[in-house]
Amino acid sequence: MTTQSVKFRVYRYDPDKDAKPYMQDISVEVDTTTERKLLDALVKLKVVDESLSFRRSCREGVCGSDAMNINGKNGLACITDIDTLKQPIEVRPLPGLPVIRDLIVDMTQFFKQYHSIKPYVINDSPAPDRERLQSQEDRKELDGLYECILCACCSTSCPSFWWNPDKFVGPAGLLAAYRFIADTRDEATSQRLDDLEDPYRLFRCHSIMNCVDVCPKELNPTKAIGKIKDLMVKRIS
Amino acid sequence: MTKAIPVRKFDAIIVGAGGAGLRAALQLSEAGMKTAVLSKVFPTRSHTVAAQGGVSASLGNSEPDHWTWHMYDTVKGSDWLGDQDAIEFMCREAPNVVIELEHYGMPFDRNSDGTIYQRPFGGHMSNFGEKPVRRACAAADRTGHAMLHALYQRNVRANTQFFVEWMALDLIRDEKGNVQGVVAMEMETSEIVIFQAKATLFATGGAGRIYSSSTNAFINTGDGLGMAARAGVPLEDMEFWQFHPTGVAGAGVLITEGVRGEGGILRNSDGERFMERYAPNAKDLASRDVVSRAMVTEINEGRGCGPNKDHVLLDITHLDPEVIMSKLPGIREISIKFAGVDPIKAPIPVVPTCHYQMGGIPTNYKGEVVVGAEIVKGFYAAGECACASVHGANRLGTNSLLDLLVFGKSSGNSMIDFIKSAPKDLPEVAMADVERSVARVARLDNQTNGTNVNDARLAMQRTMQAHAGVFRFNDMLKEGVKKILEVEQMVKTTMIADKSKTFNTARLEALELENLIEVAKATMISAEARKESRGAHVRDDALDVPETPNGRDDANWLKHTLWHREDNRLEYKPVNLQPLTAPSVALKTRSY
Repeated sequence: MTTQSVKFRVYRYDPDKDAKPYMQDISVEVDTTTERKLLDALVKLKVVDESLSFRRSCREGVCGSDAMNINGKNGLACITDIDTLKQPIEVRPLPGLPVIRDLIVDMTQFFKQYHSIKPYVINDSPAPDRERLQSQEDRKELDGLYECILCACCSTSCPSFWWNPDKFVGPAGLLAAYRFIADTRDEATSQRLDDLEDPYRLFRCHSIMNCVDVCPKELNPTKAIGKIKDLMVKRIS
Repeated sequence: MTKAIPVRKFDAIIVGAGGAGLRAALQLSEAGMKTAVLSKVFPTRSHTVAAQGGVSASLGNSEPDHWTWHMYDTVKGSDWLGDQDAIEFMCREAPNVVIELEHYGMPFDRNSDGTIYQRPFGGHMSNFGEKPVRRACAAADRTGHAMLHALYQRNVRANTQFFVEWMALDLIRDEKGNVQGVVAMEMETSEIVIFQAKATLFATGGAGRIYSSSTNAFINTGDGLGMAARAGVPLEDMEFWQFHPTGVAGAGVLITEGVRGEGGILRNSDGERFMERYAPNAKDLASRDVVSRAMVTEINEGRGCGPNKDHVLLDITHLDPEVIMSKLPGIREISIKFAGVDPIKAPIPVVPTCHYQMGGIPTNYKGEVVVGAEIVKGFYAAGECACASVHGANRLGTNSLLDLLVFGKSSGNSMIDFIKSAPKDLPEVAMADVERSVARVARLDNQTNGTNVNDARLAMQRTMQAHAGVFRFNDMLKEGVKKILEVEQMVKTTMIADKSKTFNTARLEALELENLIEVAKATMISAEARKESRGAHVRDDALDVPETPNGRDDANWLKHTLWHREDNRLEYKPVNLQPLTAPSVALKTRSY
């Protein structure tokens, strides 16, 4: 076992006892053979200081719980290698959302936007006894869309979402909107486009691509948003 | 005296928002029942999200298949400990629930004719064990993720009411033992609320975190099992834990069996495809318990790989990179991130890792909780926390996602019937369980010295790992029982320094540990008592002789264990060998 000391600057705020947030300097010993991810180090940190609060679950990058701001960039702690990070590692909650405690943010607004795009297949035709058939090419259209884990790294790195979280759907919600538009089983494309035809909901995206840069699943919300915009242009012409 | 605790009233309460909870919720919401779903995490963060390979159903999209073959494989996989009525129900319902899921919008992969793509999987055979069959319906290697999101999305459409980041603390039973709901805590504020309903479903998942090395998420702490045990409900068949053959060595992260379904091969340090020796017919696609034991045997006999010879290799370098990119993209991602290996170029280091709990809260195939001959009124369980029992002594890959769909739905239906027949007004809540629950939280808030939560959890995990692993030994089990009871004493005196009322995760972990320890005791005590080898439970003193082939002793041990928390008493109940309509799958020695 080889150990290594990892230095941290962590955002701390417990409304029960802190008048305002502060940065805590703290370091922790990790076993470099088995504890290679940032989440491993945070779990170790919590052993040293049990009051440190953060969300985590699957620890393999599929549940989306442990999104946070790591050295200035949003990412998932569980799939971020410690040795790729400059120390002290500065860890903060996702930007732009209200902080509940330490690294835990209130995601209500983020999910509200996700729900607003009607994130489910709308198909009022009577369902057949068997599966609805879909060609391999049509199914392929969903790749790069359905894999979203709702971690909010993208939306909380987007200035348009920071300024208008109540009005702009944000990259995660728009990616989901296109996921249903692109699904051949969905019959509500025009209704979905109507719903997004709004100066804020869709058009606050200025394609600065922060979302693409941070997505831990390497998805491309900007591209999906572009496709929605294309469809809108097409239906006018 | 407890100060007034708010009471919220519903038709139905569901604890847990993974596959089973969401499937049940959908049934209830769409039937117009006022339903509350409580979850420790936002629904799409539940552990169903991590399932990879597929969900089984005899759709026969690529080649002939039949639910009776699926049933045969499941009974055989269970080493005949599964109840054949529940197994028939599950396998017969499988095509229906999978088609329903497709209609909900699940993005299944497709065959060239547009039907759902199916891949081979361990123990899936055609014609009663003859040769491998494509039965696992898949969305790449992200089937659980795709399924959980599709179910959540459908619940959004159905307007299901979610209580996100609420932890259920205890089950509430009245003087007659009927279930009235749960006591729960809002994590953000620490507020305690009574959730009362006519029907309560536990869909709280497994407790793989009792072991040090597990594929399970941090949240898999057996909360439903702890609550049930404290409320006097016994736990069934808890000695049976599945060790998945392919966890990433060192990290524990799961690599789906679908990798072997797509042609992956396990190799030892000689480069040998050793499964040919252990399972000449099914080879790398033998049942999980068989493959895990073979791997541990290879490692124990010095043919492990790496500098410490402590793992074997999962090789897919011979597959077309296109297949890897399209059918196993998530695995490639995990392998690169957690093993530092691109599987297109080099094999993945893997080791058997605790994965799935076959036992749980005893239910019938309708999801009703059954104790002795009696149904516990108002109480239901589905998914990994329940024991119907369809998995018996060893679960087949992809039957877990199927279990969630089938029994989530059947529980929902049973609850609807029960709610409709129940009196309109809810009775007064019995306060005994509520007060005990409040007292547990108060103890943690008031305790100023005692055992560190992390120390106690580590002691438990190390004990389970060392004394109740892939191979079990009589003397180690005996010692394990003693040790786990010592750990229980540590858990009774845990102390947290953090007394904050705001999102206190230290307190949550302490409460979770109180659930884990119940599962750990049930496991160790049940395992020590079962003096045979069956499925995932294999011990050194169960001899492979003609009377007990593979150490399986049907004369004495073809029965389910029931562990009672009170005085750690064990009792046993018979296995149901009688299916609903199909002929019984007769007892046979198991080989692949």
